[in-house]
Amino acid sequence: MAIRRGRGVAAINYPTGMNLGGDPTQALVHSTPTGNFMVTLSSVDLGQGMKQIMAQICAETIGVPTDRVVVDTADTDTGPHCMGTFASRGTHRAGNAVIQAAREARQVMLEVAAEELEVNASDLETDGQGNILVKGAPQKSISMFDVALSAHFKRGRSISGRGMFLIPRSYPEKETGAMKPSTCYAHACTVAEVEVDDETGEVTVLTVKNVFEIGRALNPKMVEQQLVGGSWMGISHALYETTEPYYPNRDHGGTDFNQYLMPGPGDLAETEIIVLERPSADGPYGAKGPGEMCANPQIPAVANAVFDAVGVRIDTLPITPERILRALKAQAAN
Amino acid sequence: MELRKSYFADVRKDDLHEIGQPRPRSDSPGHVTGKTAFFADRNFPGMLHLKMVRSPHHHARIRSIDTSEAEKHPGVVKILTAKDVPHNVYTILILIQVGPEDETVLADGKVRWKGEAVVAVLAETERAAQEAAAKVKVDYEVLPAVFDMEEALKPGAPLVNEYHGQNYYLYDSGECRKVRFGDVEAGFTGADHVLEQSYQSSPIEHAPTETTGCVVAPEGNDRFTCYTNTQAMFFTLDNTSIILQMPGSKLHFVGGTVGGGFGGKVDVIVEPIAILGAKLTGRPVCFIYSREEEMQISSPRAAEKVVIKDGVMKDGRIVARKVTGYTDAGAYSRHSPYGAQKGAGHYPGPYTIPNVWIDTYCVYTNRTPSSAMRGFGVTIGDFALEVQMDKLARLIGMDPLEFRFINAYRDGDMKAHRQPTEGAALIECMQEASRAANWPVAEKYMAMSSYVKGA
Repeated sequence: MAIRRGRGVAAINYPTGMNLGGDPTQALVHSTPTGNFMVTLSSVDLGQGMKQIMAQICAETIGVPTDRVVVDTADTDTGPHCMGTFASRGTHRAGNAVIQAAREARQVMLEVAAEELEVNASDLETDGQGNILVKGAPQKSISMFDVALSAHFKRGRSISGRGMFLIPRSYPEKETGAMKPSTCYAHACTVAEVEVDDETGEVTVLTVKNVFEIGRALNPKMVEQQLVGGSWMGISHALYETTEPYYPNRDHGGTDFNQYLMPGPGDLAETEIIVLERPSADGPYGAKGPGEMCANPQIPAVANAVFDAVGVRIDTLPITPERILRALKAQAAN
Repeated sequence: MELRKSYFADVRKDDLHEIGQPRPRSDSPGHVTGKTAFFADRNFPGMLHLKMVRSPHHHARIRSIDTSEAEKHPGVVKILTAKDVPHNVYTILILIQVGPEDETVLADGKVRWKGEAVVAVLAETERAAQEAAAKVKVDYEVLPAVFDMEEALKPGAPLVNEYHGQNYYLYDSGECRKVRFGDVEAGFTGADHVLEQSYQSSPIEHAPTETTGCVVAPEGNDRFTCYTNTQAMFFTLDNTSIILQMPGSKLHFVGGTVGGGFGGKVDVIVEPIAILGAKLTGRPVCFIYSREEEMQISSPRAAEKVVIKDGVMKDGRIVARKVTGYTDAGAYSRHSPYGAQKGAGHYPGPYTIPNVWIDTYCVYTNRTPSSAMRGFGVTIGDFALEVQMDKLARLIGMDPLEFRFINAYRDGDMKAHRQPTEGAALIECMQEASRAANWPVAEKYMAMSSYVKGA
């Protein structure tokens, strides 16, 4: 009886969005008299940070600091339509809608600034700090606050924009299955290293090295929180979780966190995250949807590592000590 | 986390100001100091609490329902049964014309899974609602149930859901969603090795910090505001409008700040019945799942069975792949017909294989209806595909990582569902994993690229 070590690899891709149902999201952007910008949506922030990302996308497009943008979302009386936050679509679909709305608002903003500065709008640029400057003559400038005041009280303009992103529905062809199920794809490759106690069947995941290609890391810290959390969830899925431990038997289902097994902090592996960026052709600033795929590759990587360690295949999830011991017993009997 | 900027530097401009910056989240201070308002922080005077009477049987006919004792329980204000729900038989994907309507808001004549909602009790306190629910008497005639997908598909199996008429979802393509590409049988015939393996998963729970729920307040003008943690505002509003036969203009949904979803909050379960309760009593109503309900009543990730048959050459090329996928929907469709179909669009994985045959089935059994979850239609498929890849590599005596390079898709390669590959990056992910994990592969693989030659 011994502790045996093994490692396994898995490589995957993951689709962004749900084109098999039609996939729309809309956004509105407007300035307040203070020169700040509001993004109005009906998209839902599940805790992943959607509001923050939409603020950064709007800020980048208009040319202001992110803290000048406020996101008001998920009130059906005020927010334009969003299909919902699922299918790794939130950032991609809503982000594209916000870019379109912000571009339109930026254009009005530049037109008002041009009237105030008595130049052509095409000769203006933003400094990213809240000012609009004449290209090549930066001493000639106006703050966004003054532009907003002018628009509201003098010029009678609405610094606002409408954004719409729609992926039309794809209907799978009946006989061949020809279809366009999604837009861009994120990618990952994970290497997991485990120790398996061949006496108890217990698996300890030592290290998980994840390489994710996600188009563009719009906010690297938030990408990190999502990818690390996903990697832990993958380990949990591989080794611990089930609502029906003896599926298809319905008995023994957990009803709280004492009975429903998940790894605790001490059970989590040393986790390494490496991010590659190949911007997608149709994503906001090249982003793809990494939300779902980041929890997938750890599962087969751990399964393959268990085989590498003790030479038995557990082809049923979760890979419990009971299943490993039964497989070892069967292996010994052969 | 490290960003490896050396990859794809030629197709990426790093000239952005706000994008790419690790700005602190504006909502974090509120989250970590307990100041963020979630739906359950809404508290209205006179708010009622809703509790469900649930089926103790996997499959049973309802002979009778007696609510007389429960109605007398102190604090009970209203008890709802199937006849109170204007459009009681519904299915959420009807919004994208994926029918038939196959699920009841409150059971009508029959229950099809253990835990199914039968009677809703509205009372002044949560405790009174719970106690009164225990006093509702339902007379059941227990029916044979089926829990195993293979059993469910056999002739003579108990019929789970009469609205379908058979224990699988009927697509326009027939009993399964199909993908056909090349000649898979010819591929097997010409292969050096053929390997067929079967993979299985169990249902799992989303386990969000915040359980599913909503708080509904009448606005006093025949309009209702529903504070909810749904993942999809208008999807939920539109389905509620159908179930309650109320114009959408009478419904106002407020949400957007959610304590974890993972796909578990897209099913439209709590909102319609809570709004109905508010409408019929004129009082605010809250309906929040207990942790037990979240774990055993709310939809889990479906159990899946995946059978993969591959033909592989000694030099490492996969020449044929046949995948048969089964998704255990439980008693009702919810999002499962979509998930099974999404699987068909995902196989055979990120590999270029000339001959592919895919069938994905959505199967009904007498268990908690499953639905969407992070990686919907894909996660279990990836588990099966990538364990299969490991087995194939070992079968032909090849390094598992090198074996994947040989088959990896690249820009322009035609996928089985007849879309050309664009924006591929699998090869580069594997190259970086080879370095990071100190798992060396031959130099020719480290020199590969996802780009099309000469493009």
